[in-house]
Amino acid sequence: MLNYFIRRLLGAIPTLFTIIAVSFMLVHAAPGGPFDKERKVPASVEAKLIEKYHLDEPLPQQFARYIGDLMQGDFGPSFKYPDRSVSELIAAGFPTSLLLGSCAISLALLLGVFLGIWAALRQNSWIDYLCVGSAMLGIAIPNYVFAPLMTLVFGLLLGWLPVNGWGEPRHMVLPILALAIPQVAAITRLTRASMLEVLGSNFVRTARAKGLPEAVTLTRHAIRAAMLPVVSYLGPAVAYVVTGSVIIEEIFRIPGIGRYFVLGAINRDYTMVLGVTVVFGALIILCNLIADLCYGLLDPKVRYD
Amino acid sequence: MKLDLRKLLLPVVTACALMASSSLVQAETVFHRGNGTEPETINPHKSTGVTEANIEADLFEGLTSYGVNGELIPGAAESWEISDDGLVYTFKLRQNAKWSNGDPVTAADFVFGLQDAVNPATAADYAPILDVIVNAAAIRNEEEKDLSKLGVAALDDHTLQITLATPTPYFLGLLRHNISYPVHKATVEKFGDDWTKPGNMVSNGAYMLSEWTPQASLTYVKNPHYWGAADVKVDKVVMYPTEDLAEELKSFKAGELHVTYDVPSEQIPSLEKEYPDEFKNTPYLGTYYYVINLTREPLGAQPDLRKALSLAVNREILTEKITQGGEAPAYSWVPPMTDYTQAFVSFKDMPQADRTAMAKELLAKHGYGPDNPLKIELLYNTSENHKKIAVAVQSMWKQIGVEATLRNEEWKVYLETRDGKQFDVARAAWIADYDDPSNFLDMFLSNAGERNDAGYNNKTYDELFQKTTVETDPATRMKLFNEMEQAFLNDDPMIPIYHYTSQHMVSKKVAGWEYNILDFHLARYISITE
Repeated sequence: MLNYFIRRLLGAIPTLFTIIAVSFMLVHAAPGGPFDKERKVPASVEAKLIEKYHLDEPLPQQFARYIGDLMQGDFGPSFKYPDRSVSELIAAGFPTSLLLGSCAISLALLLGVFLGIWAALRQNSWIDYLCVGSAMLGIAIPNYVFAPLMTLVFGLLLGWLPVNGWGEPRHMVLPILALAIPQVAAITRLTRASMLEVLGSNFVRTARAKGLPEAVTLTRHAIRAAMLPVVSYLGPAVAYVVTGSVIIEEIFRIPGIGRYFVLGAINRDYTMVLGVTVVFGALIILCNLIADLCYGLLDPKVRYD
Repeated sequence: MKLDLRKLLLPVVTACALMASSSLVQAETVFHRGNGTEPETINPHKSTGVTEANIEADLFEGLTSYGVNGELIPGAAESWEISDDGLVYTFKLRQNAKWSNGDPVTAADFVFGLQDAVNPATAADYAPILDVIVNAAAIRNEEEKDLSKLGVAALDDHTLQITLATPTPYFLGLLRHNISYPVHKATVEKFGDDWTKPGNMVSNGAYMLSEWTPQASLTYVKNPHYWGAADVKVDKVVMYPTEDLAEELKSFKAGELHVTYDVPSEQIPSLEKEYPDEFKNTPYLGTYYYVINLTREPLGAQPDLRKALSLAVNREILTEKITQGGEAPAYSWVPPMTDYTQAFVSFKDMPQADRTAMAKELLAKHGYGPDNPLKIELLYNTSENHKKIAVAVQSMWKQIGVEATLRNEEWKVYLETRDGKQFDVARAAWIADYDDPSNFLDMFLSNAGERNDAGYNNKTYDELFQKTTVETDPATRMKLFNEMEQAFLNDDPMIPIYHYTSQHMVSKKVAGWEYNILDFHLARYISITE
C-alpha cells in the first residue's frame, strides 16, 4: 500500500505539470492583459510594468521562470494587488476555504448518508418520497438562489444570524448550510441508489440467510459496500466544495480563495490564476488519492499492487 | 465576634466606584462602511480606484483637503500664496502636523512624496496629472533622470514651493488627489513595497491603518498625532468590500453597516418609499456614453449619420424605464461641474417625435431608410445593465432605419477592441478625477492617444485647449471649455446617454455625511449616535 501511495504521488507530478503548462498557455492566450484599464495606463508606465513583471520575455522563458520560482514555493507577485504576493493572499485565504469546505462536506456526508440509507430501507414509503423529493429540490435550487434566501430569512427577517461577514462561529452557519445543501442532496441520492442495489445483492441475501441479525447485516456488509460510490464521489466533491465557493464567498463576504480564481481570470492576473490553479489541482489530486485509498478499506476486492 | 463594618463595606464601595467609572468611560465609536471591492493597493501613488481613494483620504492628507461639503480646504498646509503669473505656489505647512508615529510633517516629506509620484520606478498610473509641475513630464518619461529637478522645493521645514510649467487654476484641487499625498520616507525606504502593510504603514491623516484582512475588511483607528485629532469623533473605521449589492443592502437593513457603497438599482423605487431619510441619491461627476469611431466608414465621414443616431436615442426613456437609478439624461459630454456651463445641444428641448423625424430625414439624405437600412455594430462589455441599454437603443435606432447588431465582449477583450478602434459604436463611461472640465475634454485631444476612443481630430478644439492652459482668469477659462465642448458636440463623435448619480444608504445614526459632488466623505467629519 505504501508503494502504491508513493507511486501515485510521483504520478501526480506530471499531472500537475501538465495542468500548470496548459493553464499558463490559456491565460496568456486570452486577449487583453493585466494592465488594460478603462483609464489607459500611460505608455511609459505600461513599459515599466511589463519589464518589472518580465512580460517582455518570450513565453517559454516566462514559463521556465515561473516553474523555477514555483519550485521554491514562490507564486510570484499579484498584478492586481501589488501590495501583496500571490503566496501571501493564498496563505491568508486558503485556511478559510478549507475550514468552510470541510465543515460543509462533513455535514453533507453525515446528513446525506443518513437520509440515503433511511430512504433505501423504507423504499416507496412516504419517508423515501420525502427524502428523494427534497434531494431533487436541493439539486434543482442553485446556491445563488438559496443563499440570498437564507440571509433574507435568518439574517434580516428573523435576525437570528448575521447577514454576512466572517470571524465568529455564528458567521459560519449560513454559508456552511448553503454549501452543504446541494451536496446533501447529491449524497442522499447516491447512497439511496447504491444501498438499494446492495440490499438486493447476493452477499446480503447470504448474510440474511445465515441468520445474521438485520442490524449486523446492514452495518457490517450492506452499508460498507454501499459507500463505495459515495467515496468516489467525495474525492472531487471535497475539492469542489473547498474551491468552488465563489458565489458563497461573495454573498457572505468570506475571505477565501474561491473568488481569486474567478477574479484572477477576469483581471488577467496571470500569477493569481496560476497560483490558485496549482493549489486546486494539487487538492483535487490529493482528494482522489485519499478516495482511492479508502476504497481498499471498504472493498475487500480492491488490492493495491 | 466584632463586626468590622469597614471591611464589609469595602468591596461594596469598590464595586460601586468601578461601575460609576466604567459608565463614564465612553464606549469606542466604530463606523462600519461598505466600500465596494477589495482595495487593490493602498499606496496612494499607485492606486487608481474609488475604493482605494476612500481609504487613502482617511489615512493621508494632502496639502489641501476635502471639506464636509467637498469644498477645497487647507490640509497639511495652513495657507498658501500664488504668484501673479499663476506659476509659483508657496505653501505654509502646519507647525503641528504630525505623522502617525509622531514625526513632524515637513516640506521635505512633500518633496519626497511628489518625487515618488512622478518617479518612473513607481510607475504610477496617475502621474500624468502632475505634468503641470516643472519637469514632471520629463522625469516621468525618463528624459530627466535627476528627481531633484522636479519643480518642488522645501524652502525650510514648513515652507514648500511648487513651480508650475503652465498656470493651472485647478492645481490646488490636484493637491488633494491621492497621487499628491506625502509618504513617509523612512518607512518607504525601510520596507520597500511592504510599507503599506499594517504595522509598517506610517501616515499623516486623521486615521492610521490597524488591520487588513484581504476580502474581509480593512480597519483603521484614530491617529492620536493628527493635528485635528481633537475634532475627530469616530475612533475606528471598518471598511468592508461589498461586491454583492443586494447583500450589502441586507447588511445595512440588519444594522451591520452604517453606510453602503451603492444600492441595487432595481430596488431604488422601493427604497425611495421605504427609506426616504436613509436613501441618498445625488449627482456625481460622471457620464455614460456611446462613442462613435470616426476612423471607420460610413459613420466617420458622415456627421449627418452620427447626428441621426444621437437624435434617435431617447435618454428620458432610458433613464426612467431602463436604468431607473435617478440618473440625469445627458446631452453634453461634461457633467454639471462647479462654475461650468454645459454646452448647449440644439435638440435637447425638442419632443422625441420631432427628433425621430429629423433623424429619418438626415438618414434619407444619404440614401438610408427602411428599405436600405444603415448597418452598424454596437460594442459593449458583458453586463446585464449595459445589455438592457444596448437592446433599448437598438430598438430606438430600428425606428429610424438603422440596423444595429450587438456585440458584447468580456471586459479585457472589450478594452482591447475599443482601444484598437475595431468598432462602429461602443459603450463607454468616464468618472471625473477632479472637479474641472479639462478632466473630460483632454480625452479627445488629437494627441491623447488611445484614450481618444473616437479618434477625434479637430484643430480648433486642440487650439482652444492650449488657450485654457495659459488662461489665468477662471471665468474666461470656463468659457473656453464651453466653446471646446460646443465644437466637440457639433461634430457628434459621441452620444452622451446619462450623467451618473451616486447612491448610498446612510443610517440615521450617522451625522456629518453631507452631499458633495465628488462623493468624498472623510471619516473625520462623521459622528455616530447609538
